[in-house]
Amino acid sequence: MVTRRELLLGTAGGWLVEQVWAGEAAGSASADTLTALVGKKPLIRRALRPPNFETPLADLAAPFTRTDAFFVRYHLAVIPRVDAAAWRLQIAGASAQRPLTLSLKELRGGFEHVSVVAVNQCAGNRRGLFTPRVPGVQWGNGAMGNARWRGVRLRDVLQRAGVAPDALEVVFDGADSPVLPATPDFLKSLPIERALDENTLIAFEMNGQPLPHWNGAPARLIVPGWVGTYWVKHLTAIRIEPQPFDGFWMKAAYRVPTGAFPGRRFASQENAETTPVTELMVNSLITSHVSGARLRRGERVELAGKAWDGGAGIEGVEVSADRGQSWREATLQPDLGRFAWREFHFALDTSRPGPLDVAVRARSRGGAKQPDKLTPNPSGYHDNIVQTVRLEVA
Amino acid sequence: MRGAPRRAAALLTAPALAGASALLWAAAGAEGIQLKDAPGRDLTTGRCIICHSLEYIPSNAPAMNRAAWQKSIQKMKERFGAPITDEEAKQILDYLDGSYSGKS
Repeated sequence: MVTRRELLLGTAGGWLVEQVWAGEAAGSASADTLTALVGKKPLIRRALRPPNFETPLADLAAPFTRTDAFFVRYHLAVIPRVDAAAWRLQIAGASAQRPLTLSLKELRGGFEHVSVVAVNQCAGNRRGLFTPRVPGVQWGNGAMGNARWRGVRLRDVLQRAGVAPDALEVVFDGADSPVLPATPDFLKSLPIERALDENTLIAFEMNGQPLPHWNGAPARLIVPGWVGTYWVKHLTAIRIEPQPFDGFWMKAAYRVPTGAFPGRRFASQENAETTPVTELMVNSLITSHVSGARLRRGERVELAGKAWDGGAGIEGVEVSADRGQSWREATLQPDLGRFAWREFHFALDTSRPGPLDVAVRARSRGGAKQPDKLTPNPSGYHDNIVQTVRLEVA
Repeated sequence: MRGAPRRAAALLTAPALAGASALLWAAAGAEGIQLKDAPGRDLTTGRCIICHSLEYIPSNAPAMNRAAWQKSIQKMKERFGAPITDEEAKQILDYLDGSYSGKS
């Protein structure tokens, strides 16, 4: 039951949002405030400015996450509405042999179009579930979504600009900027090999429609299998460089203790203490039920959810209804691609009354399994521990 | 493009604006969030909202203690260039620690 209270709020850049107080918004804690950015349905509001909005659990149940329900994450509060006709993408840098500038028309018309279904997940997804708690945006489960992204290969664009043999990293800038000149602008870099990977795209469409403003219009970077921080929105400039990029958002943010997690290393940005967070860890989410849900005894109940990883693909999902003593395989829905999430279903036994603890554990084709214990790290990244929901059969 | 400071006056043109409390929130520039009333609140509100809305403060409280707030304020000053003097930083720290340190 959602109670609605009219309140329009103005913010920098003239956005208007409609405030909606949620009594019991499905799948979210009752204290969560739902607010609708223009062009979005009401989402869980973590911060209004810069906008940080989370997708409610109910909207993570569909195979493709609705564009108007897709999470929104910004670091900086000055976010211009980019005029697609006037927009230009500059490709330059010390390792670019033939720097060039492209209009949207030239980008769309000059390169082969490709699409990929991929999970976009914020590195800090589930930070708010960390024990002990860590500072940062207190995301629940919904700083993620799955969409079909369509655009051109970054590789093709870089090759048009000429990649010199000494190229080490590719640096990306978007149209968003800080309020204060002294605040570091949000720039990210990728290792050259990841930038040249055939799956790294400059996308201009999401789920068959032009990219919406809050998800990076008119063009954004798509780095399937890597955390969302690299998926730079509202792309304006790309630089091919022979040196490690030393911006704040690479050198001081989005880092984990070196060696603490598996996954691809970003060697040119690594030091003895910390290394950039890169690939998504194998993970899963129950979307059909939340803790506290009541089931009727003998009722046919199907548990459902999603499992995903950094691109090896999901091999299987196991479900335990006896606190981890035994595990049984869930049924997997058709594969949407190795970077997509995989839907799973499992028929629950509701023949016995009482509490029913249901845990889900995914494993990847690369042999990785969800762990039982959290690996502590100061910024609260990579929470992929096995989750349990407590249901009640009565 | 740089964001201009928001003005409550601009909101008066919004058609469905209802309720004096909404006006007060907007006038405070706090975007619907009112921090706890204690000495230092207005200074804290005024400095923080230059760059971000205030949800971060109550939502982070369970993860914060005095040392963590100290680190956070220092980061805003040194890394992000927040215009906060040392004296103000001390007042803001006292306020945040006193009102939003939820970490045991």
